[in-house]
Amino acid sequence: MSVLIFIELDNGSIKKTSLETVAYGAKVAAQVNGKAVVLAIGDASSAELEKAGHYGAEKVLHAAGEKLAHENSLAYADVLVQASAQEQSQIIVLPKSGLGDAIAARAAARLKAGVVSGVTALPETEGTFKVTRSIFTGKAFATTEIKSEIKFLVVRKNAIEIDEAGLNTAGATIEPFSPALRDADFQANVVDVEKASGELSLTEAEIIVSGGRGMKGPEHWQALLDLASALGAATGCSKPVSDLDWRPHHEHIGQTGIKVAPNLYIACGISGAIQHLAGVNGSKCIVVINKDPEAPFFKSADYGVVGDVFEILPRLTAAAKAIR
Amino acid sequence: MKILVCITNVPDTTSKITFTDNNTRLNKAGVQYIIGPYDDYALARGVELKEKTGGTLTVLHVGEADAEPQIRKALAIGADDAIRINAEPLDSYFTAVQIAAIAREENYDLILMGRESIDYNSGVVHGMVGEMLGINSYSPVMKLELEGSTATITREIDGGKEILKANLPLVLGCQEPIAEWKIPNMRGIMTARTKPLKVVEPVATEEMSAPVAYSLPAPKGACKMIPAAEAETLIRLLQTEAKVL
Repeated sequence: MSVLIFIELDNGSIKKTSLETVAYGAKVAAQVNGKAVVLAIGDASSAELEKAGHYGAEKVLHAAGEKLAHENSLAYADVLVQASAQEQSQIIVLPKSGLGDAIAARAAARLKAGVVSGVTALPETEGTFKVTRSIFTGKAFATTEIKSEIKFLVVRKNAIEIDEAGLNTAGATIEPFSPALRDADFQANVVDVEKASGELSLTEAEIIVSGGRGMKGPEHWQALLDLASALGAATGCSKPVSDLDWRPHHEHIGQTGIKVAPNLYIACGISGAIQHLAGVNGSKCIVVINKDPEAPFFKSADYGVVGDVFEILPRLTAAAKAIR
Repeated sequence: MKILVCITNVPDTTSKITFTDNNTRLNKAGVQYIIGPYDDYALARGVELKEKTGGTLTVLHVGEADAEPQIRKALAIGADDAIRINAEPLDSYFTAVQIAAIAREENYDLILMGRESIDYNSGVVHGMVGEMLGINSYSPVMKLELEGSTATITREIDGGKEILKANLPLVLGCQEPIAEWKIPNMRGIMTARTKPLKVVEPVATEEMSAPVAYSLPAPKGACKMIPAAEAETLIRLLQTEAKVL
């Protein structure tokens, strides 16, 4: 019996959120006396994949090759099904992301398994198998019982605390994995991929500086970008800002945009509509800067400053530079 | 072109969520229900493609009778007919089995739905339906064009987008800006009243998972206000007190 953990790679590196998924899966494996096995699909060096061992994995199955180099949820799901058969996996853990959900969906349908997506804590494994998930976009939680023999858990960021000082020193053993690939999974033809290069991804970022309509126009964004750069933060925006094309759509955070869960979220000139809060309520610490003391966002914030963002941002940038 | 659009019936995004019966059921009192916002985008694009190709559009809902105003709204927006599977959808696998059972008989060219429902936020039903039908599924789709039996799809990926061409039939999870939400006009509302709405009982399937209890997040402590004149102290507090820098 094993716990199979799918990890996402980005340019040959394991995504930070996926290392968290490994730590989560290893803890579940310890709870059920199983083996923690990682599945990595795509190109990565052995030295990089060994890192999964520091987070508790015993072994990494590595499926690489030209056909698997590009993200393909159909093929990846098929590879995962084959890996789970080889490893006799009863619990399959994936990171909460577009790819994680897509693979879980296809693989679970094939294996006739229950999926719980948006998991926020370790499961109860004594007696009935129960796990808690986030629902209503962070407004509530549901404890869900999974009854199927094979169980899929799609895990949110910050579901467990990682003790960076207590990591294992041993790396994981790497085992090449050569699945049979089906032509049907490669029927679609990827014509183009547009990716903002060098930008810190919002879902991976530990700090996010985000702007709303109070920023008054795209030409004023530099002050916000300066603070982000001083803090090593990614930048986001509210829905009106992406609707007005002040910022690209992939920066839109909220109910219908990206959901983020950084350690620190700094909102500049965002009033805090409930749809925006839905995208940020997984954040550990929220700072709100707004000239309107009645802005609803202050109710959900940990720290607030009432004032002119254009006056405050450069001062925060200077203070941040001083400590870095 | 035969198009199926699956819609969810969910509390409005501004709803306050509470639970009853010892935290085992959602408290529906005073909650305004809407078509899932992502499903609404799927529906809008579905109507545009139906009009462009001269096809048909069926709207499908897995849920109880209280969803009928939302189903009628979908008919008013432009669906030709509707099917309601009479069951409470509490598990993604269950919901996917029901959609796949209908789709197997009707052979749709295109099955559209939102990228996720805004109640359970799973985002797995489209993938499951695709797998059950043995056809490809993609999500989240921001743009969809058809040329004969080839779809050109723009998907959002981490930090950017991917454009791909795939052959029908397909199952797609949709999000903005695939189309603008449509508001029903008076004529639509009138004709929707007489459009067929078929209620069918669910097919039997194993129960894979079930929610057993609900809870609310712990209340947030008070926001610490920092005078604008001392904004710099914020950085120090984030470092020493909140320990997030």
